[in-house]
Amino acid sequence: MLTLRSPQELEALRTTCRGPGGSGRPCLSVCAGSGCTASGAQEVLQSLRRELERQGLQDAVEVKSTGCHGFCEKGPVMVVWPEKVFYNGVGPRDAAALVASVSNGRKPVERLLYKDPVSGARVLHEDEVPFYRRQQRILFGNNGQIDPKDIRDYVRVGGYAALAKALATLSAPEVVDMVSRSGLRGRGGAGFPTGVKWQALRGNPVRPHYLICNADEGDPGAFMDRSLLEGNPHSVIEGMIIGAYALDASEGFIYVRAEYPLAVENLRAALTQAEQYGLMGDDILGSGHSFRIHVVQGAGAFVCGEETALIASIEGRVGEPHARPPYPVQKGLWGKPTVINNVKTWASIPVVVNRGAEWYASIGTERSKGTMVFSLVGKIINTGLVEVPMGITLREMIYEIGGGIPKGKALKAIQIGGPSGGCIPASLIDLPIDYEALTGAGSMMGSGGIVVMDEDTCMVDVARYFMEFLEEESCGKCFPCREGTQRLRGILTRISQGKGSESDLALLEDAGWMIKESSLCGLGQTAANPVLSTLRYFRDEYLAHVREKRCPAKVCRELIRYAIEPTLCDGCHACVRVCASEAILGEKDQPHRIDSAKCIRCGACLEVCQPDAVLVS
Amino acid sequence: MTYVESATVEETLGEFDDRRANLIPILQEIQAVYSYLPEDLLRRVSRKLRVPLPQVYQVATFYRCFSLTPCGRHVIQVCLGTACHVRGAPRVLDRVLRDLKLPVTGTTHDLQFTVETVRCIGCCGLAPVARVDKNVHAHLTQTKVPGLLKKYRRQADASAAEPTRRG
Repeated sequence: MLTLRSPQELEALRTTCRGPGGSGRPCLSVCAGSGCTASGAQEVLQSLRRELERQGLQDAVEVKSTGCHGFCEKGPVMVVWPEKVFYNGVGPRDAAALVASVSNGRKPVERLLYKDPVSGARVLHEDEVPFYRRQQRILFGNNGQIDPKDIRDYVRVGGYAALAKALATLSAPEVVDMVSRSGLRGRGGAGFPTGVKWQALRGNPVRPHYLICNADEGDPGAFMDRSLLEGNPHSVIEGMIIGAYALDASEGFIYVRAEYPLAVENLRAALTQAEQYGLMGDDILGSGHSFRIHVVQGAGAFVCGEETALIASIEGRVGEPHARPPYPVQKGLWGKPTVINNVKTWASIPVVVNRGAEWYASIGTERSKGTMVFSLVGKIINTGLVEVPMGITLREMIYEIGGGIPKGKALKAIQIGGPSGGCIPASLIDLPIDYEALTGAGSMMGSGGIVVMDEDTCMVDVARYFMEFLEEESCGKCFPCREGTQRLRGILTRISQGKGSESDLALLEDAGWMIKESSLCGLGQTAANPVLSTLRYFRDEYLAHVREKRCPAKVCRELIRYAIEPTLCDGCHACVRVCASEAILGEKDQPHRIDSAKCIRCGACLEVCQPDAVLVS
Repeated sequence: MTYVESATVEETLGEFDDRRANLIPILQEIQAVYSYLPEDLLRRVSRKLRVPLPQVYQVATFYRCFSLTPCGRHVIQVCLGTACHVRGAPRVLDRVLRDLKLPVTGTTHDLQFTVETVRCIGCCGLAPVARVDKNVHAHLTQTKVPGLLKKYRRQADASAAEPTRRG
C-alpha cells in the first residue's frame, strides 16, 4: 500500500494499473449491481470460478465483478475482455460455455448475445445494443469497467486526475467559477444552479464549512444514485474532495438510504482505500489540504431527502424540515454553513474539472446543461438506467432507448419525478426532457425516475397510490401537508371504490392547490402534482369512475368483475388450484365459472390461465 | 424473542461516544442486534446521550427502520415502489398477507415472519420485487408467493433460534 504524496505519484500509479484483459489474459467481468445480484450474478461468478478451477485455468483467465451496467432487465449481464463481447441473461449453467469461449479461442456463445427484438439479429458489443446506442454515458460509462472495491480500477480510467488538476493548477475560486460556467444544475430534482450555491458558501465567512452528499434517493422508481454509489463510489468521493478544496471544508457527510446496503458497503470500502492512498484525510496529494468523509445511514424516511430534514437527521433528530431561509449555505449542519448536493451533482464535478466548463456546457439545451441520468421503468421493454444529454424527447427515450411498450399495448402516460412529479399524457410524447419543459407540463425533473404506464394502468389508482405514499411519508409538522394528503387520499379512495361524485373533482383541485401553496417544504409543495396532473390530462377517466362507476383500465377492484369465457376455457383446473377464495367452480375438463359473490378479485386466475379465458369487465 | 442483558449491550453502546448525532446509529445497531428496540435499552440510550426519553421515543417511532416490538425470524419487505405498483405489487402483498393470515402488515404469532412494505429498493428493472432478509426476489407474481414462503419456512424450521439481524 502506498500513500500518494503528489500528483506525479498518482500519475505514476496510473501507468501501473491494468484494465480487464490488459494483462494479456482474457477477463470475464460480471455485473454485480443490486439488480444483477438479484438475478443471480453471485452464482454466476461462483460457477465461473469453479469451472476455471476444474479446468486448471484459474491463472489463465481473470474473473471480476463490476458496477452496474444499467441494463437491469436483461441481467445478469457480463462482458468478456479484451474483445468486449457483451452477454445478457447469463446463468450459472452457462459457465462451461463461457469458459470454453475464451480458453480455446472459440466463437462467442451465440445464444447469450443480445438479440435485437426487431431484426432478431444477435449483437456482439454493448454499445451496439439499441438501449445504449443513443446514450451518452459520461457519469455511468465507467461503471461496467471497474471493480468498485478496487481504487486502482478507478485510477486506471482517469480517476482522481481532476482532483490532481484542481490541486495543482486551479485556485479555489477558479474551481467554483468553473462549476458556475459549466451551467451544472442540481441533479436532486429542483435544478438549482450548483455554481450559485457554491458561490454563496464561499462568500460565507463563518467556519467550519460542511459538505453533504444527498444519497437519500427516496423517489420510488428511481435508482440511479444507488447504482452510481454501488458501481463507481470514487467518482462521488472525488467530486466531494474537489468541492472541499474549492469551498474550504474539512468534513463531509454522505447520507445514504437505509434500503441500499450494498451502496453503503462499497462506499465504506472506497473511503478506506481513498484514505490509504492519501487521496483523502490529511495533506491530500501533498497539498496541505485536509478532508474527511463520513457515511451516515438513513433510517427510512422519505422526507429526509429534503435538505433541512436530512440535516436534522444527521444531527440525530427526527427528520422534520424547517422553513427556508435560512438556507443551509447560511445555517446548515450544526448551525454552520453547509453545501448539500445530490450524488450525480458531486459525480459531475470531476467531469467538469477534467473536460472543462465549456465542454460540459456544450451538452444539453440552452438552460439545462450536461447529461441527465434517468431510470426507465414500468411498462417498458428495456428497463434500466439511461444517461442522455438534456433535451432529448420523450419519444426517443421511450421508443428508441426503451424499445417501446411490452405486449403491443398502447402508451398511456409517463410519470416523471416521483411523488413530486406529474403524469404526462402520451399526446405530449414529443416534449423535450429539460427542467423548464417538464415543469411547464405540470411535472418536474425530480431525481429522474421515469415510470412508463400503458393502457392497463388506471390514472385514478396511480393518483391514489401517490397520495397514500405521501400521506404515509408526510412528517406531520405542518398542517396543510399532514391533513391535506389525508383528505386527498380519502377522496381518491372513494372515487376508486365507485363512491365518488363530480363535486369531488372540484374539491380535489381546490384542496390540491391549497396544499401546494401553503405547505412548509418541497414534499408538501409538490404533493398535489400527481393529482392535479392526472386531473388535467385524464379527466375523462375520473368522470368514468364518478359518473358511470366504471374503471376503464379495469384496475379498481370494487368496479370490476372476473368471469370465465366458457368457449375458451379448457377446464385445466389451474385457476381452481390458485383461487384464494374457492370461488371457481367446475369439473376438470369442463368449462369453469366464477362465483362473483365469493370472488375477492385477487387476479390469481388471470395470472395462471393459459388460454386467456379469464375476462375482466 | 427475549433480549439478553449482557456484555453485548455494553459493547454495543461502548462503540459510540456521547454525541447526540450518534442517537440514530446506536438505535440502528440495537435494532440490528435485537430485531427491535427494547424499552430498557431506550432508557439507557437516553441516559448515555443525555437526550430526554420522549425525544428518543420520538426518533424511534419516526423512522421506518425501527420497531418497538420484536420482529419475526424472516423479514419480508414487499416493495410498493411505483414500478412495482404498476406491475402488480399490491396483489403480491395481498397474497403474502393472506397466506400468513395477517390482516395488515406486521409479525406472525409464531414470530416466523414479519411483513413490511417498502417504497422502492431500487430494483425497479425486476419489478415486482420483495426482499426477504437480504435476498431480493424478482419478477414476483402472486402464484409464486406460496413457494417463496415455503422455502423460508423450511429454513426457519431448520435453523437454530437465532434472532434475525436486519440491515
